[in-house]
Amino acid sequence: MTPVEVQIESRNGAQAPSGWCCPECGALTERGEWRARSCVCPACGHHARIGARDRIAQLADPGSFSEEWSHLRTLDPLQFVDLEAYPERTRTAQAATGLTEAIVAGRARIENVACVLAVMDFGFMGGSMGSVVGERFFRAAEAAVADRVPLVAVCSSGGARMQEGVLSLMQMAKTTLAVDMLNETRTPYVAVLVDPCTGGVVASFATLADICVAEPGARLYFSGPRVIKETTREELPDGFSSAERNMALGHLDAVVPRAELRGRLASYLRLLKGGARDDESGQVGDAWWGATDVGRRVVGETRRAALRARRRVGGARRLVEKAARRAQEMVSPPGGEPQ
Amino acid sequence: MNLSEEIDRLQSRLSGMRHEARRHDVWVTIEISRHKDRPRTRDYIGSLISGFEELRGDRLRSDDPAVVGGLGWFESRAVVVVGHQKGRTLNEQTAVNWGMARPEGYRKAQRLFALAERHRLPVLTFVDTPGAYPGVAAEEGGQARAIAESMLSMGRLTVPVVATIIGEGGSGGALALAVADRVLMLENATYSVISPEGCAAILWRDASFAPQAAEALRPTASNLLELGVIERVVPEPRGGAHHSPAATAARLRTAISESLAELDAVPPAERRRQRRLRFRQLGEWSEGAGAYGLSAVPIIETEP
Repeated sequence: MTPVEVQIESRNGAQAPSGWCCPECGALTERGEWRARSCVCPACGHHARIGARDRIAQLADPGSFSEEWSHLRTLDPLQFVDLEAYPERTRTAQAATGLTEAIVAGRARIENVACVLAVMDFGFMGGSMGSVVGERFFRAAEAAVADRVPLVAVCSSGGARMQEGVLSLMQMAKTTLAVDMLNETRTPYVAVLVDPCTGGVVASFATLADICVAEPGARLYFSGPRVIKETTREELPDGFSSAERNMALGHLDAVVPRAELRGRLASYLRLLKGGARDDESGQVGDAWWGATDVGRRVVGETRRAALRARRRVGGARRLVEKAARRAQEMVSPPGGEPQ
Repeated sequence: MNLSEEIDRLQSRLSGMRHEARRHDVWVTIEISRHKDRPRTRDYIGSLISGFEELRGDRLRSDDPAVVGGLGWFESRAVVVVGHQKGRTLNEQTAVNWGMARPEGYRKAQRLFALAERHRLPVLTFVDTPGAYPGVAAEEGGQARAIAESMLSMGRLTVPVVATIIGEGGSGGALALAVADRVLMLENATYSVISPEGCAAILWRDASFAPQAAEALRPTASNLLELGVIERVVPEPRGGAHHSPAATAARLRTAISESLAELDAVPPAERRRQRRLRFRQLGEWSEGAGAYGLSAVPIIETEP
């Protein structure tokens, strides 16, 4: 667990309204400094929840992220009404977050490694997974396969979206099959589990990654503490469901502080891409579906054509970048690189 | 006297009553699906499978009695059977944990799926669970990943897979055994992302709104057929399967048999491809410029 030092003085003496007060230790931090530290408390290391935009800004190389599949939008297949109608709840979430759904995905580079990056936002209806989250994740996986680049997913979710009923449940199977496609085509896939990551998302694509890491203190569980207590009356052990405990139990590869996340991800991606390219499998994503597939949408054809064009442009760009790097190295040789 | 006003009033009252009746019907189905006398997986194994040889254990650490599995003969062909087992008496229910499987159960299922693939045996699954077991040991034993891997291993099979929802299809714990080529469902079974009580407690902040939640979740067989989540509804005798388990089993036998015959006509790799496509296409979304809400404001950082 994160060491928690309760600083009563600072909590009582809290006067500066512009500061950020840590809910874990009560320490006050100046907002600018707190943001500069990626919203991590400098006193106790508490990782505050951040939205998809901030996350992308922290992970992707500046200017490298371009969102895709944002045209996929939520429908209301069940005409679900609880205390509020589903379309109303969706609109509220969109207005509050400025996002169109609980996942934002697109092509990006992390320390110059090209990848597809999919980031969930807990602020959008608890990061719940409905049809659009499932479909965007699937398209992100397909794009990774087609581009032959890794997929990075940042997962944070309260589980399946109840308002889409059993169709949300089916997204667990769908996203799981997306991971199967990644595996079969040898497309690297790294998942970062951030607080909280629960329910249908941990029981599908989040825990099936090649490398599965979490942020310190993140709570990761299928059934939550409340449900466990109500159903079984069991006492929960200290640190139940925390990232640290999950790692000790063998469910995670590493617990990575937010400040190190970008570098570690880049390292994982380079390593996973570093294998021999001595077989023909995993070359074309469409092979996964078989050559006789007629069920795909027409959109798929145009999308694939666009991908091919993009790949050619990307290839040319990489050549130019490589040449530029070479030139840079000739001017100032690597090794003595200043920070 | 204003007749049209009166007609409007009566019509709205009628639609209100219809709505009330529908809610009642859904709740009756929920109660039948959970009925204590409803035939369980072992009952269907008894009536549909001959020469059943039960196989136990996950080959890692334990055996979960909430998941029953083994080999047997279905209409003169050898098959692998896997299903959730609920008990009837209190002792039975305690022994099988009310049909709530632990990670060991889902790992047992995976090992049996692998066995089926190795020996080219079709897989029949029976789904009847309130959900995966929500306990500390289950959580710490990797419940989430056990469910995910069970779905993954079903998705990889090239042998025919037929799943039947026979009672309660509760959330991920149910889906873990239902990634199949054909999903059949008994008329009074339910299949849902969350229990009506759980949904009501979260969205209505009061579990007593369970009937409202049940209606909203659309968990009945006819709802799911409309949504494309299942292929076929197997009718039950009047009053529910427990009124005539033999008649129910006979209808289920026909349905499974016809499903297997359809699947036999498809080559193995193609069968798997179609299963993958089946799940890939599930869900409803708009491809347009936004069904409602904000117009597109994508987060785009253009290339510098």
